[in-house]
Amino acid sequence: MAFPMIFNKPRIVKVLKVIDESPTVRSLIFKDDLCSKAKPGQFIMVWIPGVGEIPMSVSMMKDGLAGLTVRKVGEASNALFNMKVNSMIGIRGPYGNSFNPIIGKVMIVGAGTGLAPLMPLLDILTDKSASIDMIVGGKTVEEFIFMNKIKEILSKTESKIVVTTEDGSYGIKGLVTDAILPILKEKRFDMIYTCGPELMMKKVFDMAQEFNIPIQASLERVMKCGIGICGSCCIGKYNVCKDGPVFDFQMLKEVKDEFGLFKRDHSGKRVMF
Amino acid sequence: MGIFLGAFSYPLHIYHSSALFLMNLVPNRIAYQSLFKIIFYLMRQNLLKDYLIYLESQMQEPDLSIEISGFKMGNPLMLASGILGTTIASLRKVFEAGAGAVVTKSIGYEPRAGYENPTLVEVHGGYLNAIGLSNPGIREFYNELLESKIDDLPLIVSLFGSKKSEFRYMTSLLDKLNIKAYELNLSCPHVMGFGNEVGQDPKAVRRIIESVKEETKKPVFVKLSPNVKDIVEIAKVAENSGADALTVINTIRAMSIDIETFRPILANKIGGLSGPAIKPIAVRCVYEVSKEVKIPVIGCGGIMNWQDVIEFFLAGARAVQIGTAIAYEGLSIFEKIKKGIRDYLIIKGKKSVRDIVGLSHDF
Ligand SMILES: Cc1cc2nc3c(=O)[nH]c(=O)nc-3n(C[C@H](O)[C@H](O)[C@H](O)COP(=O)(O)OP(=O)(O)OC[C@H]3O[C@@H](n4cnc5c(N)ncnc54)[C@H](O)[C@@H]3O)c2cc1C
Ligand SMILES: Cc1cc2nc3c(=O)[nH]c(=O)nc-3n(C[C@H](O)[C@H](O)[C@H](O)COP(=O)(O)O)c2cc1C
Ligand code: FES
Repeated sequence: MAFPMIFNKPRIVKVLKVIDESPTVRSLIFKDDLCSKAKPGQFIMVWIPGVGEIPMSVSMMKDGLAGLTVRKVGEASNALFNMKVNSMIGIRGPYGNSFNPIIGKVMIVGAGTGLAPLMPLLDILTDKSASIDMIVGGKTVEEFIFMNKIKEILSKTESKIVVTTEDGSYGIKGLVTDAILPILKEKRFDMIYTCGPELMMKKVFDMAQEFNIPIQASLERVMKCGIGICGSCCIGKYNVCKDGPVFDFQMLKEVKDEFGLFKRDHSGKRVMF
Repeated sequence: MGIFLGAFSYPLHIYHSSALFLMNLVPNRIAYQSLFKIIFYLMRQNLLKDYLIYLESQMQEPDLSIEISGFKMGNPLMLASGILGTTIASLRKVFEAGAGAVVTKSIGYEPRAGYENPTLVEVHGGYLNAIGLSNPGIREFYNELLESKIDDLPLIVSLFGSKKSEFRYMTSLLDKLNIKAYELNLSCPHVMGFGNEVGQDPKAVRRIIESVKEETKKPVFVKLSPNVKDIVEIAKVAENSGADALTVINTIRAMSIDIETFRPILANKIGGLSGPAIKPIAVRCVYEVSKEVKIPVIGCGGIMNWQDVIEFFLAGARAVQIGTAIAYEGLSIFEKIKKGIRDYLIIKGKKSVRDIVGLSHDF
């Protein structure tokens, strides 16, 4: 071929498998070499032809296959949720940086589809870490995804799982962040990984600061180009699509005037959390 | 201290600059190579110190600074509008990476979400985008400017609109702030009623420029589109209406279709092409326009390296803007290009970038 390959253009793939994770969340499995080699925390831009293109974390990578896990919230995610086996979607990426797995005692805090990028991380961490404390939160029991998989993965290593729901329908009644505090007081961690609603991550970050524990948090902002030129995903001086989505302690400190306070909508206007 | 100073081992760029300097003095490559070997040896022995100090005092750093209608820039490289230009924090990051000036994303009268995704797709030789002039609107933008420190930032605000009253309002609101210039985007190729429709109509161009000039004493640049019958005609209208400089060019209408699904990839179907594919068109436009107008021309379109920048200067540009290259190269491109231009000027024995503007016109 005379021309170099074009990377930032949708590659059309067929959906090979659809998995119901909860009444509102499904995983789609497809074949793609690049995505099957994605690092935990990286995301792809998923084109739903005729509807839109949205960022999704790669939630599974294995033997040439990759998966995404989508919650239906609006038009594009609903269309993606309703994809059937053999439906065609376009994907470009994987984009962004990734979680940096460490050797040591780690805590993982996830909620909702925030678990999507944490699953491949969990896979890697079970081989590496001394211990894993996994805290999963949600509003109600129906929202929980991946619980069996998490239990299965964690059974291979020294670990502890804590589950919280706001209505008490599953695990401890309360917020994830309430469950973390006693654990942090009791045990010394080398790293906290978190992904979920930004207000939750903000609280986790505040606690990490208080106990002086390194943290990696995966952020979300509106994405258009995905490659760091349009600026729609900016937080402070960073572009979430390129410098993130995973922010470490230092970066989170640098964006403290925005993190957990406001994001920008598609026009670039600030919207408070 | 002088760049030739230092003991046994000199930093690499010193060998490099002296090599460049020599190339200019000796007649052919072989002579140059032998001469350079000797000098290299003497430098290593630290025997040339006094001579090098003398040489350096003779050799001037080429001057990269330029001025456009009273607006001074430390170097001629600007960030093109719409690339990373949404917030002051990111514009500052680009400035700190070495840009001589930064242009904001185009701001309009009302907030606009822009088009649905996909808004961007790569093609051979560049990118297609149909972001659709998304912007938070002038009032929100004004508030963010008020909250930011911009005094030391060579900040140019890009404005778009559909009628002169909008431009008038936006300029009068912003004019109290310490922004350094305006760029009127009369050339977005893919949004109906703004951009190109306005930029194609000489009467509209005149009305808008005149009304903006009435509201401000700051330099007003006008960004032109290649998607017109005759870019020189519009350029002259802009000059006669009071434009202080012309930015040439914006993106070119283009399209990309997915062969699996039969669909245009961009949600808006048609977008604007940028990147290396459009460079020859941009160079031609700069050449034609700069021959016919007296005001400075700012070259833009497909610049990927310092050679491209030199080409634009030779075509008649007095500064250039860089956009898509950042997708390929990241922000380090600004320093790389500055170094390339500097070395080129030394080889060619030119004291300033200003000395090569429009040299191709002589032929
Ligand atoms: C890096 C990253 C990874 C993500 N991973 C997942 C995932 O694994 N699973 C999952 O279910 N969701 C994920 N999301 C969120 C997902 O992209 C949004 O839920 C989706 O874009 C909603 O689109 P919509 O058209 O259905 O909803 P809309 O009704 O258009 O919007 C609903 C909300 O979704 C967000 N949103 C809309 N469009 C975008 C966009 N282009 N970029 C970013 N946010 C947008 C906005 O906050 C908006 O308020 C991720 C987001 C990012 C930035
Ligand atoms: C993603 C993207 C967004 C752009 N947005 C704007 C804009 O808002 N206003 C404008 O005048 N030009 C805009 N442009 C055009 C650029 O400023 C520039 O004129 C064009 O891309 C050609 O230069 P380049 O090849 O160096 O990118 C945009 C270009 C791109 C790629
Ligand atoms: S999505 Fe365009 S810069 Fe991040």
